[in-house]
This record gives sequence, C-alpha cells and structure tokens, in this order.
Amino acid sequence: MSTVKLQIDGREITAPEGATILDVTKSAGIEIPRLCHMEGLTPNAACRLCVVEVAGSRNLVASCSFPVSNNMVVKTNSERVAKARRLVMELLLSDHPLDCMTCEKSGACDLEKYAYELGVSSTRFEGERHAYPLDESNPFIVRDYNKCILCGRCVSACNEVQFVGAINVAHRGFDTKVAAPFGRSLLDSTCTFCGQCVAVCPVGALIENTRRFQGREWELDKVATVCPYCGVGCNIELNVKNNRVVKVVPLNNAAVNQGTLCVKGKFGMDFVGSPDRLTTPLIRRDGQLIPAPWEEAYDLIAAKFSQIKGESGPDAFAFLSSARTTNESNYMMQKFARAVIGTNSVDNCART
Amino acid sequence: MSNSIAELEDAPLILAAGTNTTESHPVISLRVKKAVSKGAKLIVVDPRKIELTDFATRWLRLKVGTDIPLYNAMAHVIIEEGLYNKEYVAARTAGLEEMREFLKEYTPEYAEEITGVPAEEIVAAAREYAAARPASIIYTLGITEHSCGVHNVQSLANLALLCGNFGVENGGVNPLRGQNNVQGAGDVGCLPNLLPGYQRVGDDKARQRWEREWGVELNPRPGITKVAAIDEVLKGKLRAMYIMGENTVVSDANANKARRALEAVEFLVVQDLFLTETALLADVVLPAAAFAEVDGTFTNTERRVQRVRKAVEPPGQAKADWLILSELATRMGYVQSYDHPSQIWDELARNTPILAGISYGRLGQEGLQWPCPTPDHPGTRYLHKDVFPSEKGYLQMVPHVPLAEPPDDEYPLVLTTGRRRPNYHTNTQTGRARGFDTLSPHEWVEVSPHDALEMGLSDGEEVRVVSRRGRVQAPIKITDRSPAGVVFMSFHFPQTTLTNALTTDLHDPITETPEFKACAVRVEKLR
Ligand code: SF4
Ligand code: SF4
Ligand code: SF4
Repeated sequence: MSTVKLQIDGREITAPEGATILDVTKSAGIEIPRLCHMEGLTPNAACRLCVVEVAGSRNLVASCSFPVSNNMVVKTNSERVAKARRLVMELLLSDHPLDCMTCEKSGACDLEKYAYELGVSSTRFEGERHAYPLDESNPFIVRDYNKCILCGRCVSACNEVQFVGAINVAHRGFDTKVAAPFGRSLLDSTCTFCGQCVAVCPVGALIENTRRFQGREWELDKVATVCPYCGVGCNIELNVKNNRVVKVVPLNNAAVNQGTLCVKGKFGMDFVGSPDRLTTPLIRRDGQLIPAPWEEAYDLIAAKFSQIKGESGPDAFAFLSSARTTNESNYMMQKFARAVIGTNSVDNCART
Repeated sequence: MSNSIAELEDAPLILAAGTNTTESHPVISLRVKKAVSKGAKLIVVDPRKIELTDFATRWLRLKVGTDIPLYNAMAHVIIEEGLYNKEYVAARTAGLEEMREFLKEYTPEYAEEITGVPAEEIVAAAREYAAARPASIIYTLGITEHSCGVHNVQSLANLALLCGNFGVENGGVNPLRGQNNVQGAGDVGCLPNLLPGYQRVGDDKARQRWEREWGVELNPRPGITKVAAIDEVLKGKLRAMYIMGENTVVSDANANKARRALEAVEFLVVQDLFLTETALLADVVLPAAAFAEVDGTFTNTERRVQRVRKAVEPPGQAKADWLILSELATRMGYVQSYDHPSQIWDELARNTPILAGISYGRLGQEGLQWPCPTPDHPGTRYLHKDVFPSEKGYLQMVPHVPLAEPPDDEYPLVLTTGRRRPNYHTNTQTGRARGFDTLSPHEWVEVSPHDALEMGLSDGEEVRVVSRRGRVQAPIKITDRSPAGVVFMSFHFPQTTLTNALTTDLHDPITETPEFKACAVRVEKLR
C-alpha cells in the first residue's frame, strides 16, 4: 500500500493513501468530536462537527470523509475550527430539548459530552422547535423524535450492520424524520428488534423501554458476560442497578459479535429477575411440592440415592445435564455421576 | 464448528444446508449476509422458503429428508467432471475409487427424482461449490435432527473432502450449535461414552488419569443416552434421574412418552430456574442461579471458551449449579471444597489436553478457542490444519435413507419443526421477557397455499394436527414459506400447543438424535 506524509497539529504523520483525515487522527490518538460517523460504515457527513482546517482550502472540511494527501497540513483544534464547532452545536441545540436532568441518555450522550467540551450551554438561535409525541408503539424501543439530531446512524446500522432496512429518512426540511415505511409502527415493519439502532444512537432519541426510570447512566454497574441463549455466544454488558438487570449493551468482541445482538440477547433478560423464579428447594409431600430448607433436600436426595445405589447399583441412575449452564457446572454434573454414583449415564441435550 | 464465525465473512462461497440461521443464530447470519454483500455466492438448501433464500444466489428447494441423494449427486458431478482437488484428495483422503463406483447411480437425474431439485440446478451447484476455493458449509438441526442425521453430515463432509475444504481458512464443515453451551457440555464430558475432552471411558489411560484426579475407581462401561434412559425407565430398570436445567417433558420428541417416563421414575430430582413442566413432576426441586448470577465459562459454537461473570445476586436461596452439586457430593461422603469456579476449571483443564492451556487469567475480553494445549498456545481458529484425527479423511459411502415415517393416506403431510427468532426453546426464558408476546404470541401451523386450498382452510383458522402419537390444536398461517405437502411448527409454546406430542422418537442409530425434523401428520378442520 502506498503511503502519504502529512502534518497534523504540527506532527509529521505517515498514513496510508486513501484514508480519511479522521482515520488518521484516530490512529494518531488525536480526538475529533463527531456525532454521525461510525467505524466501518459509509460516512454520512451529516453532523459537520468533525470539521478541521486544511491549509489552502477555503472552507473547513469534514474529516470523516476527506481523504489525506501528500504534504497536507491539517489543524484539528484551531480557533477557527472551535468556532465552527460551537456554531454547529448551537444550531443543534436550537431544536433539542434541554431536559438532560431527566433524560435517560445523560452521562452517555455524545451531544451532552461535546456541548460540555465546547462550552456551549445555550443557543443564540431561537426558532421553531419540534413537539412530536413520544413513539411508544412497540414494547422494546422508545423513540423521541424531538431529540433526534438526524445523524443517520440508526439507518446505516439497520441497513449495513443488520441488513434489515426497517427504517429510513423520510420527508424533507423541517419535517425530516427517521421512520419505518409509511410512518408505521416498527411492529408492522421488517424490524427484528435487534436494538442495533439503539446501540448506535448518540443521543436520547432511541432508548430501551426496560431502562426507563430505572437509574441514571452513572449509577449502573456494568458487567461483561456472554449471552445465555444461542451458541453464537455474543458478548454482552449487563447494566445493573439494585440487583436488577436494567438493560443489555452489545460488546465489541471482533471475533464474535462485533457489537451486534439479536432480540433475545438485547431484550430477553427479564427472566433473570422474574417473580416466577424458584427461591427455595421444594420437596414432594403427599403429592404436593412444599418449600424446604437446603439441608432437608440434600438429606433426602443423599438418602434416596444411597438406597437406590445399594439396591440396584449405578445402572439405575441417569443424569441429564444442561446446555445452558456453565462448563464448570456441567463438569460437576458428570463428576457427580461418575465419581459419586459410579455411572457413565450422563448426557446433555446436544442430541436435541 | 471446524472453522470460526469470523471466517464466514471471507468465504467465497457458503453452502447453507438445512439451517435457518437468521432465526436460530441471528448474529451468525449477519456474517453470511456480509459475505454475500462482499460478493460471495450463497447456496441455500432448504425445503422451506426461509429468510436466507432472499440473500441466496442459488436456492435448492429439496423435499424434506432427501439431503443425502442431493449431496451424493453433487459429489457424483464433482468426481465425474474431474472437479475435485486432486492434490488434496491424493494427499489427505482415502476411498476415492470406491466412492466413484458407489456414486455411479447417483446421477443428477436420479437425484432429481428423489429430491425434486432439477438436475441442472444440482449440476450447477456442484460446479460452483467445486470452483470456490475455499467454500464453507454451515448446517444446523435441519441436517442432524433426522433418523439419518450422521449420514447427512457425512454426505456433506464428502463434498468438503473432495474439494479440499477441511483444514483451510474460510472453509470447513460447520455445525451451528443451538443452545449457548451445548458445545461446552459435551467438551467437559456430559456424554455417556466420553470423559472430559472427548476421552473415551473405555480408554484405560484416560480413565486412570481421572481416577488419580478424583481418587475413585471409575466405571469403564459407557452409560446410556437420555433417549435410552426414557426407555429404561419405562422398562422398570432405571430408578433415579437427576435433570439439571432441561425441560425434558416438553422439549423431547414424543413428549407424551417422556412424560410417562418421568411420572414413572421412582425418584426424580430437577434443578432449574423455574417450576417447569418437568420440575412439576419431581420429587425434589432445587432452585438454581441464572447465568447473570454466576461466574464461570461458556463455550460457543466455534469452540471459544468465554468468561461468564456474576452481575446480580440469585433470588432467595437459589445457588449456582456447581455449588449445589459439590454440596450434594459432600453430603454423600465425597467431600468437595471449591471456593470459586476457577478451581473447577483448573481441575478440568489440567487433565484435558485440548483445554490444558486455558485458564481464567488468559480469557480476557476475547476468550480462547480450543484446542489450546499449552499456556503459550494462541488457541485454534480452524481445525485439521495439517492432519485429521484419523490421519486421512475417509470419503464415506452413504446411501439414501427414506424418511423414518413417510406420509401416507392416513397421515398425508410431513410436519417439520424448528425455531422462531424471538423465542427460545420452551419459552421459559423468552416467555418471561416484556414484549416478546407481541412478537410471537402463540404457536401457529405454517401451511402452504396449495394445501390450504385443497383442504379448504382459511388463514388464521384453528385446526387440529394429528400424528400417530398425539394431537394438538393451533391456528394456521397460510404462507409460501412451506412447500406443498409440508407443514411447519415450533416447540416454543408447550403450555398451549405441545408440538412434541406429535414428533417421533425414532432416532439416528448412531447419535440417538430423534427425527424432530420430519413426521407424518394430518390436519383436521375443527368443524
Ligand atoms: S431494532 Fe434492529 S431491525 Fe429494528 S430498526 Fe433498529 S436496527 Fe433496524
Ligand atoms: S434516532 Fe438517533 S441515531 Fe437515528 S438519526 Fe436520530 S439521533 Fe441519529
Ligand atoms: S444475542 Fe442472539 S445471536 Fe447473540 S448469542 Fe444471544 S441469542 Fe445468539
């Protein structure tokens, strides 16, 4: 691959030809604010927050789509750049509800983050503001059009990552909005409720229904683990407050799920905190299953197992292990069957 | 899987055989779609018009249960036209001449008669598969859940052997595992003939290794499978069963028989998260902790061991499965004293060559794929790089096995079963998630427009589906996803529609996998 030499913020940098300025700054560890760009997807060049100054160019350029070239001189944080970014931010805020104190996204919102970094807390542009009703037409994803900055990330993610194409940018001008065809509910579209759009939305326009009013972003404990459903083993982050899983975030294990999930992994975790969970051992007495302490349950099983083993030998036992529990638990099951009872009759549901 | 999930994305050709990946492994299907968007060919082999057919460059709509003649005919074309990888076949496989002879009768025309796939489609698919270097095969239960499941897999493996697709990057023959830790449950020895790490129970050296570790003498005779266990109970020979996390009475084929057995067994222990249909039959029910409440590891379909981490406390007195089992062992006089599952892992790994190099400390964010024999081994992305376990890969002559229960006058339709994306298994978990009932509120029977017309059924009409073993009721959905003569149901709603009351427990003689994918039924109008 041929390379080019350029200067960014006074540093001499060698970069592959055809790379964008943003690509190059990322690998050089230079942070450029951006709201619409996503790694690996077609640049939308919609937000204009990532503008930088290129010597010899009359206008500032969008670093996410502008390719580097030999001897280019780039400034990513000149006063001119900062001014332009503040202007972009003020324009965005002119039609964005400033209700961060009750917004679920606060603490993880890119708009909030960049507004803070650029020191923009209000806007000079007072104009018409949207007043759309909240879209709660499906049980999983709540869409607040008033917060949407039309960055297009959700549309790209749905098209290019999930290959679904359930949503698109509809209408024009002030009426522009992201929607399923004919303005229908997602339930009546091809949407699979994978939650990719929620995962990439930089603001509070798309929120998991499960997490509403369950805690602020910074109050959530985040634990990396693995989806309990199918054999793909997607990496997930459980977000927990008060011993409850409030939401699930896809993790980016490049070898496995690359930041994607399906509906089960994204929205299927309520079973963990279900009121139907068993909370004590149960023992059958006079035909009824009655709660009992562990000691009693263990004693009963130990006595009965010893009796049957004594009378009929280990061949009178069968153990069925679970394809849904951990390796360590499965290992203990076969160890119990083999070492304690003395039978190899231990199986799992691989056959089904 | 012989290869890795990520490799699918760079395969020049993917043959998807009997796998409804978009529904059962949605995130893997994204790699398949990505590959197609990058120009890969995708050959879908499925009787049903599954979603993946929208992305396919070629769709072979075979009749249910005719996989073997199809793949045999493809192999026939590959051999007769000299399209196989001669160097690879000579160096790494055995049995070509016998195979050539055996396949003589499997002409594309003969296969067309059996499979219903036009001969020229079979020829074209064979040529495409052979031309792609490499090509990847993926398959799921559509292949294995037949009474001839093992043979189905062998007939697919033949194609890969002939074209040199084993032991190469982006190739292979890749079963996609349905449940999150099916792979791991087998790896760690929950199989009646195999100790952890697929070491045979009859192998003295392997057994002695575990005898030393566990300090007991071990039984050298293989045990019985769960399918055989049901029969043994009914014969009165099996007296005690311990079921951990399985809803056997509704997920087993021929569910009414499984229920009879679990009702009959003298002493039944069930360990689960919920009071499932199976737990309701138990003498003792033990409350288990869920995945989010425990530390441990899962092994995904590509042999990747990954860390599971505790995020919340279990409810009430529920405990981790491993802890329950070690406390019970201690109670029975076999003292177990693990403080943390990592100690269990270490005990497993130090006696299991394929896992020996894996420890919790090494798993990090990405996990590790076995075989991983030493602490400095990077793990294995694809298997058989240099040699097969049995030195050479044998081409297997597999004859066509007709359906175990073909349709007839009394039961004229074939019922095939499978999964739907928003649901998981018997719905004990997804059924408890908010909103999932909106996506898929109840069971339905997918009937082709042709059959619906013939029987005078209208969309949404409630019908009775009857097989030799049982009957269930559900509304129908008229859809061209089903070919004429085939109806489809899932097993996600056992409370209202116990689909497995219909399915047969006739099973593959080698793996004892029941023929979930095909049994004969009739559909009756209610009025
Ligand atoms: S949930 Fe998934 S399928 Fe539905 S709109 Fe969002 S990205 Fe698209
Ligand atoms: S909903 Fe979010 S991701 Fe989609 S366009 Fe609006 S702000 Fe961007
Ligand atoms: S998120 Fe979906 S695809 Fe990924 S492991 Fe879970 S069930 Fe499988």
